[in-house]
Amino acid sequence: MSELKIIAGGRVIDPASKLDKTADIYIENGKIKKIETQKTLSAKEIDDLEPEDIYNAKGKIVSPGLVDMHVHLREPGREGDETIMSGSEAAAAGGFTTICCMPNTTPAIDNQETIKFVLHQAEQCPINVYPIAAITKGRMGKELAEIGELVNAGAVGLSDDGSPVNSAEIMLKAFKYARMFTIPIIEHAEDLSLTADGVMNEGFISTRLGMKGVPSVSEEIMVARDILLAQYTGGKLHFAHISTAGAVELIRQAKKFKVDITAEVTPHHISLFDEMIAEDFNPNLKMSPPLRSKDNARALIKGLVEGTIDCIASDHAPHSPESKDVEFDLAPNGIIGLETSLGICITNLVKKKHLNWAGLINVMSTRPAEILGLQAGMLKKGFPADITVIDPNKKWVVDPDQFRSKSRNSPYIGQTLTGKAVCTIVSGKAVYLED
Amino acid sequence: MALKIKHLLGLEGVEKKDLELILNTAKSFKEVIERPVKKVPPLRGVTVVNLFYEPSTRTRLSFELAEKRLSADTLNFSAKGSSVAKGESLKDTVRNIEALKIDMIVIRHSSVGAPHYLTKFASSTVINAGDGAHEHPTQALLDMYSIMERRGKIKGLRVVIVGDILHSRVARSNIWGLKTLGASVAICGPTTLLPYEVEKMGVDVYHNLDEALDGADVVNVLRLQRERQQAGLLPSLREYTTLFGITRDRLKFLNSNYTIMHPGPINRGVEITSEVADSESSIILEQVTNGVAVRMSVLYLLRGGEEAKS
Repeated sequence: MSELKIIAGGRVIDPASKLDKTADIYIENGKIKKIETQKTLSAKEIDDLEPEDIYNAKGKIVSPGLVDMHVHLREPGREGDETIMSGSEAAAAGGFTTICCMPNTTPAIDNQETIKFVLHQAEQCPINVYPIAAITKGRMGKELAEIGELVNAGAVGLSDDGSPVNSAEIMLKAFKYARMFTIPIIEHAEDLSLTADGVMNEGFISTRLGMKGVPSVSEEIMVARDILLAQYTGGKLHFAHISTAGAVELIRQAKKFKVDITAEVTPHHISLFDEMIAEDFNPNLKMSPPLRSKDNARALIKGLVEGTIDCIASDHAPHSPESKDVEFDLAPNGIIGLETSLGICITNLVKKKHLNWAGLINVMSTRPAEILGLQAGMLKKGFPADITVIDPNKKWVVDPDQFRSKSRNSPYIGQTLTGKAVCTIVSGKAVYLED
Repeated sequence: MALKIKHLLGLEGVEKKDLELILNTAKSFKEVIERPVKKVPPLRGVTVVNLFYEPSTRTRLSFELAEKRLSADTLNFSAKGSSVAKGESLKDTVRNIEALKIDMIVIRHSSVGAPHYLTKFASSTVINAGDGAHEHPTQALLDMYSIMERRGKIKGLRVVIVGDILHSRVARSNIWGLKTLGASVAICGPTTLLPYEVEKMGVDVYHNLDEALDGADVVNVLRLQRERQQAGLLPSLREYTTLFGITRDRLKFLNSNYTIMHPGPINRGVEITSEVADSESSIILEQVTNGVAVRMSVLYLLRGGEEAKS
């Protein structure tokens, strides 16, 4: 891995400092030394420098390293589907310099030892991996996990993701207790009593197909409950993978009342719709929450554009090919996303003019880093030189043979996307580089 | 004329021409099965596998008989529960069966889309014999054939489907098929047993049986599974019978010349009284007979058969 000294000539965009200008970034000892916007290097000067020291980013977008605050890396427990290493390599190829892994592993990340294990594995990885710890012991929703110890060991967020915290009483205590550590509670908002056996969005499509539906209200009822609990306790709340127009509206209203909440949306919920399931019952269109209708997707994009939804997270969820090559209702929920997230968002948000480049980088880097209080998401002197160079116009076809992830469960296979990370830099090292 | 469809997966989107071809061809086969020697040779040398992942008596018997009367070789495979529980995937099971060199698969499965999934990797012709609550195309075809036989037409008739539409593949296939052939379709049932935005399927929706039956020509009564009460979808079977049960008393709202249907098996005294089920207006047993003729027609046409010249 080459140690870069200068990222030269790119369009440098840093939403935190409102920078959007052609600039050269100088790196020293893995940190950003300076961002030169005035005396930028000429083409000749660039040519004269040692090629291994410099990345010529002319015609490219230079962004603070992308941050994905919601991924499943399956280690420990399901190393056949993904490992912390393979997931990190997938992340690097997708332009991410920092990812946060969810605790629904076996065993769950609900104790110091498992946090230490994850961080130990992460040390070998090309990018930064931070663990999110469980809210409750074993993610069972019964007793709080040792939140203080988990935070001390390095947890950056708390979540029982994959499941909601069913009991309002436990959730109330979690908000109160976690407040001592200013760590957000990340909720997978789902009222299980309303989603039992559901396999797709409840709507006209599920009616046509005769599939058991997951109604929008199953998400919204939990969003409403948690907003009230967060308001009551003063707790810090983040909603994972918001999928319905109603949930966006609830969050919009709550933010007006200054409740401390943030929310994320996945690339698939803004670009895929339930009606696609009717085409060929592709199990890679099955996830939780389910793909919703086009109207919902439009509301999610609107929420993202106006800031009601704060960021994008992939909910990267690897599953083996065998487990997904079954009848639709028997397939597990979830799709991989680390290697397609940026391309999908550029194609569907930037190219369709919902967001400009600064807006996209804000929701894929700056905001998620802020939400979890990570030293990331900014191009700033003294900060780690975590940088993503994006080719804004590169057209590429999603090819499973190119995936670094161990799994192949992507509904985007075969699609042409526009825009791609061509160089991912972590602490000054190019951990992913395309010609 | 030959069928445009290559597999019979459902009736949604199947063209009128194909439906008419199947129903017309079934007439010739109805004539065959009423002969003293009820067997014809068109599927000689063809092997059909009846792959039943859900318990079924009448559909499986009906298919098997249809296959035998066309001189096909038949294999029956029944599995309880899902393939996954059995430890072998559906894909592996089907590939193994196909390695035996077979030509057609009739599949009944609790998973929606299982027949469609088969077509992605199997080389056999696939017939859906019921997938979850999605479609049961041959049942709807035999229902339409039976209406045609009794009433002489489908176009312009008012057909009311009464009962648990939410869980009914029979209802869905009937709605698509009947609408394609020009019938006006209404559904009637308790709100908890009707699916979301069902009116978008192009049906009139009723929760009051008397209103639904007003002016109807055909009433197709669905079986009410007793589990629906346990699942909390109904307060009691008794109340269901009071509100939605088809009794002689209710029928005064129908057109004077009316037809009663039921896909079976009947819960006598729950969704329909014996008096109505066994009445002159009921064609419930004709439906069973016609099922064989219609399935012969489907099997024959999907193997590339042309409309019989009778």
